[in-house]
Amino acid sequence: MPLLDVQDLSVVFKRRGEQPFAAVDGVSFSVEAGQTVGLVGESGCGKSVTSLAIMGLLPKRGNSVSGQVLFDGLDLLGLSDNEMRDRRGRDIGMIFQDPLSSLNPVVPIGVQVAEVLQRHQGQDRRESTRNARELLDAVGIPDPDRRLKEYPHQISGGMRQRALIAMALACKPRLLIADEPTTALDVTIQAQILTLLKELVNGTGSALIMITHDLGVVAGLCDTVNVLYAGKVVETTERHRLFAAPRHPYTNGLMNSIPRLDLPRGTPLTPIRGSVNDNIPWREGCAFAPRCDNVLDVCLEGTPPLVDDGYAALRCNNPVSHAQEVAS
Amino acid sequence: MLRVVVRRLLQMVVTLIALSALIFVWLRSLPGGPVEALLGERATPERRALLTKALGYDQPIWVQYGKFLERVVTGNFGNSIRSGDSVAATIGRAFPATIELSVAALIIAVGIGIPLGYLAARHRGRILDNVIVVGTLLGIAIPIFFLGYLLKDQLTQGLHWFPPSGRQSVGIDATRVTGFFVLDGLLTREFDAAADALWHLILPAVTLATIPLAVITRITRGSVLEVLGEDYVRTAEAKGLRTRTIRGRHVLRNALLPVTTTIGLQTGALLGGAILTERVYNWGGLGSLISDSITGSRDYPVLQALILLAAFVFVVINLIVDLSYALIDPRVRVG
Ligand SMILES: Nc1ncnc2c1ncn2[C@@H]1O[C@H](COP(=O)(O)OP(=O)(O)O)[C@@H](O)[C@H]1O
Ligand SMILES: [Mg+2]
Repeated sequence: MPLLDVQDLSVVFKRRGEQPFAAVDGVSFSVEAGQTVGLVGESGCGKSVTSLAIMGLLPKRGNSVSGQVLFDGLDLLGLSDNEMRDRRGRDIGMIFQDPLSSLNPVVPIGVQVAEVLQRHQGQDRRESTRNARELLDAVGIPDPDRRLKEYPHQISGGMRQRALIAMALACKPRLLIADEPTTALDVTIQAQILTLLKELVNGTGSALIMITHDLGVVAGLCDTVNVLYAGKVVETTERHRLFAAPRHPYTNGLMNSIPRLDLPRGTPLTPIRGSVNDNIPWREGCAFAPRCDNVLDVCLEGTPPLVDDGYAALRCNNPVSHAQEVAS
Repeated sequence: MLRVVVRRLLQMVVTLIALSALIFVWLRSLPGGPVEALLGERATPERRALLTKALGYDQPIWVQYGKFLERVVTGNFGNSIRSGDSVAATIGRAFPATIELSVAALIIAVGIGIPLGYLAARHRGRILDNVIVVGTLLGIAIPIFFLGYLLKDQLTQGLHWFPPSGRQSVGIDATRVTGFFVLDGLLTREFDAAADALWHLILPAVTLATIPLAVITRITRGSVLEVLGEDYVRTAEAKGLRTRTIRGRHVLRNALLPVTTTIGLQTGALLGGAILTERVYNWGGLGSLISDSITGSRDYPVLQALILLAAFVFVVINLIVDLSYALIDPRVRVG
């Protein structure tokens, strides 16, 4: 049994006077214990909403969530507010995109780490502070004794994200969700944070859901990758299969738009044409059709199904053939 | 921190000197004056000149101001023209009454306003929120005079729930220590006197508290709503913290920052409201003293000292607000 099994998860936002909007539309994927799984896609495709739905952190009003989120076989969506509160931070940790705004500006770093230990492990103030110090040390924050008493504005962006990682991993959760944890950081710091995350999940045996729009991050980290487009999974496969032969035209387009060192210098990058604004609703065909180079007539006749051929799961009528690409 | 305090104190001295000069000139530019007030309209020019000279008002204004400053520095504000008593004693009698009233009003406004604003924010858009918001609109719009007389008519004349005026019932022979009647009663263990003083205090305090209560409620509501949408509150939720911790440590502490500033401003405005409230309930504090000193006799010494005192209180309140702000917000402390 997988550690986390997301089944047919949908999140529909309803606003008065507007059409209901399915930000997440029947998404299924699973995460084995200790595995790192990528959730990849352009901004707005529903990555954050998916993670918030798993955590039970969506706003209480204005949306409806359906499907199942099985954690150890137990459906998290069926839990009460308090039952979910007991699990967050203990069984599932989460880190967010913007480390500055994600930290409370008026509470010392040490307290923000220690409070998780007090809450979930019943530690008193002294014990939790001592452990908070250890945690800061473990995530590579220099001079942890001093940092414990400092406030978020007094430390650098990279250190803030490290502190947030310390909080999320304080109780050694079996699953960590990282929602674009490096997007707000300098490039040099990004690599450090990714390395740190990799070491930590390897060390604690946590599974990791890595949410990113950056295939470069996926390449360095993930075992399995789910590519999302407009709220639906369009391709799920192992990382090396994905990089060897991306089969969905969207994935292929993402791949061609990242700079690569193994191609001759001067090889032009080819960005995907159009933007998410060109999407058509899934029920009228493939949402990606207006931007797709491989589009067929059948692509405008209803949602293509997600077909698993044992090698990869793919939602496409006319996948990219790599024999063809090599030939050209 | 210390640097902030010292800088603020220096600013305060400059402010007070500038303000006192302005007041000094302004008072003397008003028609009429203490001499007319004391002698009446039909006094002979000779007698007028004599009194003017005796009081020192014949000298150039900057000389008068210099003498005034000299006296202020030595802590001597002269004597009241109206009663002949020393200004310090005159004000000392009225001051505790106003402070007692204002502090009571502030306790009501803060003690009820913050929880009420928080409650409204948590129930955003629902009935309770709407009721509270409409209530605050009423509270801000209703004139103090009107509210004061309304409460007084309904709750003292008709129902006799509260005494109509004054600070203590006639029959009670209380010992005075500080001039704050409720406190005096507690200090001297004359609990009946304390209860009686409290009973007198409630209606005026409620009247005076209405506007600050409404303002504090609204600011708290808006501020809490804003903080509830912040990323760090989501982080706190993601950590699975108890609702209690999230509310106290992560929401309220941040939401109270703008509220602190508001409380300071409202405390300043309280002095103005106190004048009206004291009139309605015959309270006998600074408010009454100010109106008596202006209308009756143009009592320059008393007025000057009063206005200086009000400005001083205002500046001190601001200092306290700044310091408590720095206490809550570490980002301010460094600067
Ligand atoms: N609280 C919300 N109310 C309405 N729409 C939302 C809300 N949160 C997200 N959305 C919409 O859901 C879609 C997916 O958003 P999100 O999951 O944040 O994208 P991303 O993949 O960039 O993380 C977006 O179109 C966004 O506008
Ligand atoms: Mg996102």
